[in-house]
Amino acid sequence: MLSHRGQLEPAASSPAPGASAAPAAEPDPPLGVPQRFSVLRELLHTPRFLLPGALVVLLCLIAGFPQAFAGWFGHGDPTVCSLADSGLGPRSGHPFGFDIQGCDLYSNVIYGTRNSISIGLLTTALTLLVALVLGSLSGYCGGLVDGLISRVMDVFFGFPTLVGMIVILEMFTVHSVVSVSLVLTFFSWPILTRVMRSSVLASRNLDYVAAARELGSGPVRILVRHVIPNSITPVAVLASLNIASVITAESALTFLGVGLQAPSISWGVQLNTAQQYFTTHLNLLLFPALFLSVTVLGFVLLGDCLRDAFDPELR
Amino acid sequence: MAGYLLRRALMMIPVLLGTTLVIYAAVYALPGNPVQSLAGANNVVPPSVAHAIEAKYHLDQPFFVQYWDYLSALLHGDFGVDLNGNSVASIISVGWPVTVRLALTTWVLEGVVGIALGLLAAVRRGKTIDVAILAGTTAVLGVPYFITAYVAQIVLGVKLGWLPVSGVTAGWPLSYIVPAGCLALFGLPEISRLTRASVLDNLRADYVDTAVAKGLAPRRILVRHVLRNSLIPVVSMLGVNLGYLLGGTILIEGIFNLPGLGYQIYHGINQHNGPLVVGISTLLVLAFLLVNLIVDVLYGVLDPRIRLA
Repeated sequence: MLSHRGQLEPAASSPAPGASAAPAAEPDPPLGVPQRFSVLRELLHTPRFLLPGALVVLLCLIAGFPQAFAGWFGHGDPTVCSLADSGLGPRSGHPFGFDIQGCDLYSNVIYGTRNSISIGLLTTALTLLVALVLGSLSGYCGGLVDGLISRVMDVFFGFPTLVGMIVILEMFTVHSVVSVSLVLTFFSWPILTRVMRSSVLASRNLDYVAAARELGSGPVRILVRHVIPNSITPVAVLASLNIASVITAESALTFLGVGLQAPSISWGVQLNTAQQYFTTHLNLLLFPALFLSVTVLGFVLLGDCLRDAFDPELR
Repeated sequence: MAGYLLRRALMMIPVLLGTTLVIYAAVYALPGNPVQSLAGANNVVPPSVAHAIEAKYHLDQPFFVQYWDYLSALLHGDFGVDLNGNSVASIISVGWPVTVRLALTTWVLEGVVGIALGLLAAVRRGKTIDVAILAGTTAVLGVPYFITAYVAQIVLGVKLGWLPVSGVTAGWPLSYIVPAGCLALFGLPEISRLTRASVLDNLRADYVDTAVAKGLAPRRILVRHVLRNSLIPVVSMLGVNLGYLLGGTILIEGIFNLPGLGYQIYHGINQHNGPLVVGISTLLVLAFLLVNLIVDVLYGVLDPRIRLA
């Protein structure tokens, strides 16, 4: 469910035929460290970056300090519920109305931000880590290591991801932010790893790497000091898009009932509940869906903007 | 070409083995007792009955023995019997047409609409329509497709009553329009963007100047020369998408109650129905690999510069 959204596959990683076909042209080396900073500085002056950037910062603040936002209308505690209010529509003090348990929907939706954002960030951080290590090894060492890692990636690419995630999540007895993130990472690492691999391939034979090698640096030092800093850009740029697809995948899994579960406050759980009642209580579906969509959209817009800025070929 | 096909076919073997092993291990490790879930959670199963069932399904054997038995039966074309006593092959043969119909309808929709939008955006680059298409596809990216599916179900099915909202009793195409439309939105943005980028790239190529200099009509240049060359990366992405569509219809089949493979898999997982889940997953993986192989071969047909050797 992550990889199935083609958005994470940049042109550089188009599948096998290129590789098995005529010798592909050497890919362009990615932007180096100095160019990266100048592109970032330029970005800071464009509304296309600032608007989604501000939205993402705001969402992260809500996720970090939900109590500061939930109380705006005077009912900040998502666990104060009264069945007498069950399913009531919006009214003063309760702009989104009440859920089926009679809890204030606004504060519940606000508190739900935390789980989605945490899973998005944690999964992406773990995925980046795996991609960085395996991608560098695969791209830099080549040979047997590369063959092994690439075949394992093939297995994952040839896999109905959603089925795999459901099966493994069913296996877990604990459905927490950490366990869901681990499962999502398990299925999403190959995409970024492949990008990292091709980017390392492009920069491993550049002059400064050869120079470092001639000067007697060991492989670890070359990787950490020279190759990785100069080939990390494409992967880092995709991170924001990855967060967006992780959040979507998490909500889909939770919605199916195999992700986070009921006492946790999450948009997926709220949507799952809304499933039964949406024909009579539209607000139950509308508000969590709205927050979820705006969040995903924020990360997609930010990611698109970063990708265009750092990878002008795709513009 | 024959050598290439053979090598690709050989490469499928470890991938298939790996995926079946992973799925089999995962289903094997599912908590809970399949015999108990077969009997219902609150009923007491006499030990003798439990032993008989375990022996019948080889549940008392070690993991690798079970896996090996399963695999060798599979090689003989025998998908086995699921825990409810139904033949997995017959469940597959009932579910398969529904999923294939849904996937192909979706695929054609997203391909045709995506390529058309991408071409339009590229030709009108920077104009209002280009910006509108970009904004529209971005908005579609932001809304998770199961939400779109619900909204479509409410609006088109319940409120307006235009189309059936559930099941396949109305047949193709009526029952499939809304589900396929929602699923198509998932892949559409990337196809239209890729087409746009690829067409823009090709419009700058030298052969376009040559064609203009020869005096060819602009429409002919666009369709015969530019579009044909631009479609190469798009075909590759469409191929990958078809593979995912075949396996990724669980949510949509669940929401719209279409009795396809995804629907069966989901219920199979809930019932710890190992043979069913592994059988369908294996089939889906095989379909995915075959589709990708066909796409790679088509790639060579579309672009003779790519030699498959």
